[in-house]
Amino acid sequence: MNELVKLSIAEARDALANRSVSSFELTEAFLKEAKAATQLNAYCSICEEKALVKARSADEDLKKNATKALCGLPIGVKDIFCTNGVTTQAASKILENFVPAYESTVTQKLWAAGAIMIGKLNMDEFAMGSSNETSAYGPAINPWKGSKSDKKLTPGGSSGGSAAAVAANLCLAATGTDTGGSIRQPAAFCGVVGLKPTYGRCSRWGIIAFASSLDQAGPITKTVRDSAIMLSSMAGYDPKDSTSADKSVPDFESFLGESIKGKKIGVPKEYRIEGMPTEIEKLWQEGAKMLHAAGAEIVDISLPNTKYALPAYYVLAPAEASSNLARYDGVRFGKRIKADEFQSIDDMYSATRGEGFGAEVKRRILIGTYVLSAGFYDAYYIKAQKVRTLIQNDFSNAYRDGIDAILTPATPSTAFEIGDQKRKDPLQMYLNDVFTVTVNLAGLPAISLPASIDGNGLPLGLQLIGKPWEEGELLSIAFEFEKQLGFSYLPKKWW
Amino acid sequence: MIINVDTVKKIANLARIEVKKDELAGVAAELSEIVSFMEELNEANVTTTPPMTSVTPMRSSLRDDEITDGGDAGKILGNAPEKNEGFFTVPKVIE
Repeated sequence: MNELVKLSIAEARDALANRSVSSFELTEAFLKEAKAATQLNAYCSICEEKALVKARSADEDLKKNATKALCGLPIGVKDIFCTNGVTTQAASKILENFVPAYESTVTQKLWAAGAIMIGKLNMDEFAMGSSNETSAYGPAINPWKGSKSDKKLTPGGSSGGSAAAVAANLCLAATGTDTGGSIRQPAAFCGVVGLKPTYGRCSRWGIIAFASSLDQAGPITKTVRDSAIMLSSMAGYDPKDSTSADKSVPDFESFLGESIKGKKIGVPKEYRIEGMPTEIEKLWQEGAKMLHAAGAEIVDISLPNTKYALPAYYVLAPAEASSNLARYDGVRFGKRIKADEFQSIDDMYSATRGEGFGAEVKRRILIGTYVLSAGFYDAYYIKAQKVRTLIQNDFSNAYRDGIDAILTPATPSTAFEIGDQKRKDPLQMYLNDVFTVTVNLAGLPAISLPASIDGNGLPLGLQLIGKPWEEGELLSIAFEFEKQLGFSYLPKKWW
Repeated sequence: MIINVDTVKKIANLARIEVKKDELAGVAAELSEIVSFMEELNEANVTTTPPMTSVTPMRSSLRDDEITDGGDAGKILGNAPEKNEGFFTVPKVIE
C-alpha cells in the first residue's frame, strides 16, 4: 500500500502545502487503492478521469499558494448526493441510470473548497438499513474481520460504503447522511469518526430525501480534526433549503485544543439496556473515567423518554419516506416498467414501484402509508410527533441543568456478519439504532469515535451528543477524548 | 395480527406498490410485527404535550417573487424513461 493513502486530511493538506507531494500523486494513489478494492464493494462508481483533471488543476492552484480549505484533497461521496453528470441512484434500482443535471449544495461547497471526488460510495437503498444489505449494488464489506473468523462483516449502514472506504484508505474522507444513525453506526463498526451535525447545519438540497425532518449530511473521517475541517466546508445557509439555518459557520478546527476542564458530561442511565454486551458497558465506564481524568465532571443524568425513541422513529421516518418516495413513479426519471400491456397509468405506477423498490424500502413505504391513512393518523403519527417533543424536552432539560455533552455507547454491538440470520427479521435490524435515533429526533449534533476493540478484534465506538449549534464545543470535547482514548488499531489488509 | 391481507391490499393500492399475491401474507405478518412494536407509544403520557412541528425553532422564509431559474426543458427531459416532442409520455389517462 502506498503510504500516502494512510494520511489524514490535515496531514495531506500540510504535505500539499509544503510541496512534498502533489495532488496528482495523492489522487492517483487513492484511485489505485479504490480500483483494487473490488472485494469491499465500497464504491459504486469511480471517476478516474475527472479526478485526475481536477488534481492537475489543483496542483496549478497550489503553485499559486491558493488558500482553498480542501485544495487537491481526494474524497468519496455517498451515492445519495446528486452529482452533476455522474450517475446517482441512492443504491436503488428505481433510479437506474439517473444522471443529475445539478449538484447538491453540500458537494458543491466541497468542490468550491477544492476537494476532488474519487467516486460514489455504496449505501443502503435510499439510506434505509443498518447493514448495507439493502443496496441494489450488493452490500459493501467491512475492511475489519474478527480475529476468530474469516467471515465477511457488515460495515454498518446506511453510509456503509463511506465508512468502509475511509477505514480502508480508499479516500481521505467521505460524506454521509444520518437519519437515525446512518453516519455514526457505520463509523463505529469501521473504527472511524462519524459526525452528525445539528439539523439545519448542512443544506439538504440535492440530497435524495428519506425523512426530511431527520435527514442531515455530515462527514466520516479518520480523525476528529478531519471531521472539523470537513464540516467547515460542508455547512452553511442555503436559500434552496428552507430548513437550512441562516447562521454563520465558524472555523470548527479553531475550537480544537480548548480545555475541557470543568465541562459537565452527562451519562444517561436509560442507555444501559438489557442484553448489552459487558464489553460495551465497561468501555462506556472507562470512557467516562478518561473524560474525568481530562478535567471534566461526570454527572449521572436521566433521559426518561428514551425507550419511546425507536417506536416513534419507526412511525415518523417511514411516514415521511412514504411521502418523499411518491416521486418515483416511472414518469420523469429513473426506471419504468414497459407500459404496453397496462390498462391504466396506475398499473404502470404500481408495477414500476413494485419492481423498482427493494423489500425494505417497500416495507417502509407501506408502514408509512398505513400510519398516515385515515383513521390511524392520530393514533400513530400525531402520537409519535408528541413523543418526539418529549424526547427533545429530555435533552433540553439536561442542557438547561448545565450539562455540556452526553456520553453514550454508539451501537449495541460490534459489526455483525453479512446475512446474519438473527437479523433477518426487520425489527431486529431496527434495534441497531437504539443509541443513535434519539439524536435525530431531537435535532442535535453527535459524534461517534472509535474507542477500543472487543475480544474478537473488532472496533467499538462511543458517542458524544452536543448542544444544538455547538458543534465547535462538541468537537473540542471529542478532540480531547480522542487523545485520551488513543485508538490506534487498523484493519489488516485482506482485500 | 393487526394488519391483515385486505389491509395490505388497501395500503399497497394507496402507495401504488404492486404486492404479488403470494407475498401478501408474509408482508402482512411483517407489518403487523412492526406496528405492534409501535404500540409501545401508547404507554407514553402525552395528554398535555404538543406534537412537534419543527425540531429547531425556525421561521419560514420568504423570498422575492422573481424568476431565478428555468428554461431547462432539455435537461429536465434528459432523464425521462419515455418522452415525445418535448413532453413526458405516459399510458393513456383520459378515455
